[in-house]
Amino acid sequence: MTNNQLTDSGHLRHFLTIEGLKRPLLTEIMDRAEQFSSITNRQVKKVPLLRGKTIMNLFFENSTRTRTTFELAAKRLSADVMNLNISTSATSKGESLLDTLHNLEAMHTDMFVVRHSQSGAAEFIAQHVAPHVSVINAGDGCHAHPTQAMLDMFTIRRHKQHFPDLRVAIIGDILHSRVARSQIQALSTLGVGEIRVIGPKTLLPSDCQTLGVHVYHDIDEGLRDVDVIITLRLQNERMQGALLPSAREYFQCFGLTEEKLQLAKPDAIVMHPGPINRGVEIASTVADGPQSVILEQVTHGIAIRMAVMSMALGSQSELAEGSTP
Amino acid sequence: MTTSISNIDTLLTSMANDIRHQLSDKNILLIGIHTGGVWVAKALAELLGEDFFDGSLGTLNIAYYRDDFTRIGMHPQVAPSDLPFSIDDRHLLLVDDVLHSGRTVRAALNEIFDYGRPASVSFAVLIERSGRELPIQADIIGQSINLTDEQHIKLSNGDSGLQLELRSND
Amino acid sequence: MKLQISNGRVIDPASTLDSHLDIFIDDGKIVAISENHEGFVADQTIDATGLIVCPGLVDLCARLREPGQEHTATIDSETRAAVKGGITSLCVPPNTAPIIDSPAVVELIEDRAKKAGRTMVYTIGALTQKLEGELLSEMMALKEAGCIGISNGLSPIKNSLVLRRAMEYAATLDFTLFINAADPWLQSQGCIHEGTVSARLGLGGIPEAAETIAVSRDLLLIEQTGVRAHFHNLSTAKAVDMIQDAQRRGLSVTADVSAHHLHLSEHDIGNYDSLSHVIPPLRSTRDRDQLQQGLRDGVIGAICSNHQPLDNDAKQGPFAQTKPGISGLETLLPLTMKLVDDGEISLKQAIANLTCNPAEILNIDAGHLSVGSAADICIINPNAHNECQPQHFISAGKNSPFAGWLFNHEVSHTLFNGKLVYQK
Repeated sequence: MTNNQLTDSGHLRHFLTIEGLKRPLLTEIMDRAEQFSSITNRQVKKVPLLRGKTIMNLFFENSTRTRTTFELAAKRLSADVMNLNISTSATSKGESLLDTLHNLEAMHTDMFVVRHSQSGAAEFIAQHVAPHVSVINAGDGCHAHPTQAMLDMFTIRRHKQHFPDLRVAIIGDILHSRVARSQIQALSTLGVGEIRVIGPKTLLPSDCQTLGVHVYHDIDEGLRDVDVIITLRLQNERMQGALLPSAREYFQCFGLTEEKLQLAKPDAIVMHPGPINRGVEIASTVADGPQSVILEQVTHGIAIRMAVMSMALGSQSELAEGSTP
Repeated sequence: MTTSISNIDTLLTSMANDIRHQLSDKNILLIGIHTGGVWVAKALAELLGEDFFDGSLGTLNIAYYRDDFTRIGMHPQVAPSDLPFSIDDRHLLLVDDVLHSGRTVRAALNEIFDYGRPASVSFAVLIERSGRELPIQADIIGQSINLTDEQHIKLSNGDSGLQLELRSND
Repeated sequence: MKLQISNGRVIDPASTLDSHLDIFIDDGKIVAISENHEGFVADQTIDATGLIVCPGLVDLCARLREPGQEHTATIDSETRAAVKGGITSLCVPPNTAPIIDSPAVVELIEDRAKKAGRTMVYTIGALTQKLEGELLSEMMALKEAGCIGISNGLSPIKNSLVLRRAMEYAATLDFTLFINAADPWLQSQGCIHEGTVSARLGLGGIPEAAETIAVSRDLLLIEQTGVRAHFHNLSTAKAVDMIQDAQRRGLSVTADVSAHHLHLSEHDIGNYDSLSHVIPPLRSTRDRDQLQQGLRDGVIGAICSNHQPLDNDAKQGPFAQTKPGISGLETLLPLTMKLVDDGEISLKQAIANLTCNPAEILNIDAGHLSVGSAADICIINPNAHNECQPQHFISAGKNSPFAGWLFNHEVSHTLFNGKLVYQK
């Protein structure tokens, strides 16, 4: 499979999925984010790096939080940002999705940040944009959410030094989670010692172990001696499809409580991609407790997105005529 | 202007003297531009003594302020900017290794003003060479030198300390 | 009009004939297959030196999109494509618009096909009214109008009681029931095989059980009702086993597989390649290998094109929102012959899977070369070395995942009722 996320010289052109990216590139994203995060401490919280660039936040699926962090990241880089919320019903045909895209492209957009309810949508858009346009995947269906995964890796790195020594557990709805898929790929690429997924069979993909994880159906066993616990959001609609009997029973079996947290290492950190369903996947006392780094994740999201945006737009110089490498 | 390079220690000593002469009693804050400017600033701080400058050395990484992003993209990573003091209403001494087009200084000034509003900024440079593209000049100069467009001068910091190297494009 | 096909290697699996002979055709019928035919003066001679001469192909399942979706394809455009693929008889499933649930629609399709005049087009009637799976269609009327079988197409019958009654009624009329086996609930959430690729791409999976549960239920009812049944387009190894078991128990059950399921697997979806989006989905490599084994064992008797021409827009979009289907008429023969090149099946078997076997399943007089019968003939160049270029398909549907594949075999001539309807 060719990796169309990278330029010929191996730089990031689009950011669609973690799959296929090498460890040095993931490390570079985190290192650059580290630099950008210092900007927040200044009086003027922006740099002129992307001055004159136009970034379109193309959200076919609503998400105020993710859109806001992308918007803020773009603004801190001095880019011009447009937010477009396009209801999926208006573009249920592929034809009009392409039409929408080409129309926006005609406005001299340099980058699309795309959120879509269909797996593979960002990939599809990346295949059809003009050569000078970059595409960042802000979540496609159940497939990938690479910037979320990278901000999670960044958060882990801030707290834990060495990835190969870590044992990471992801609890919940892996089957429908683009976040989990990208996290698993990022953790594997960074060489994490053991990745565990914990959940009922109805919420795990049927060939889950082929993703490179150990599968646990018992949360007590799964949490034993882990360094990092990632809880996933449980969508309410999962109760409808006969995947789960009730939120109450889910919390009893797979909710992260203080008692269960005791099974992990004493210095384990607790993460959640948000928004949290308190009392469904995580107890309030844990979400707000001393081991929780959930709000830090939100903060780091901006720096990670600044890093990815600037790297992708920076690689466009390779396509410019008469450029020197 | 000459075309041969003098001994670096001599240049640094002469710069330190000029700084002492021009900027005493101003409670100066010292800022070096990554990477060469930081080396020069450190050397100057050593020559002038611990108490001459107020606080520790500030560093600037102007990568995000450059004007060539669309032409050459992201620069290799260096340490981020670090100004461990408030610059509001303070007198600053900005230091770089080579003043050539003036674009780096332009970028550095822009960045400084995103941190606050200094009372004044002075600029010290080890080598001032020909080829200015902006109306920028240095206050403290180690040596001025006349070079053609094909010639490049570069400061390195190896085992034997700071060294200037003159190269020509073929 | 007298026609002679000379010096070809004549292969007719129905009569186990395989030798270098001439075929003599007069007034649309084969008058002799021999070294020479006394007193025959040909108006036209086709030199088949180095070529294979076999019966015209019989395709058990091809959608022509007419009536209903003429903007996508027409009977005229698709029968042109069929004869380029060597096909002289094909079957259309009932899900046209309007659905083939009345004699009028059967007549319309047959009229258009006759007007095109290149290939026999057989219709399969709807098993239930509007294919809704609730009320029986007027099967007797459909049979009298010319339908050669009955089917509920891609709309599975959920209610087992309705299916039982439909089978009983079809058995009464001695109608062959054609089945696309799929459990509607297990299939509804997915668009690709549930397995490693669906786990990786985050696409909804269709489990193997979607097919096996349906095959299992249907076999039990076939056994009980005694209906003659044919399973279209098997995709899983387990379903092949189940059909084999049923055949051993003496049930009147046959099966086909599409040419693409014999070559592709879930891995060919790669990075959301919508051209590989088909229903039933491309399954694991093991399933693919077992489908080939099923051919060798004779459990699966026929290879079909499962032709589904689509316009470009239908394949543009995020994977799950694209329409499933592959334009298969023009790759049916080369893909089947590729199995011969790869040593999977013999040449004789390959031709049987495309001619006499499907003809036998349809119970039609076709797929064989015999004196006195219609001269439906396909002549194949076995040394063509072509690169597959879907953009040059004659079919209105250019949707094929086989672009760039190298094929050794191509059709050089197709004769329908003794008339040359295609020539390379």
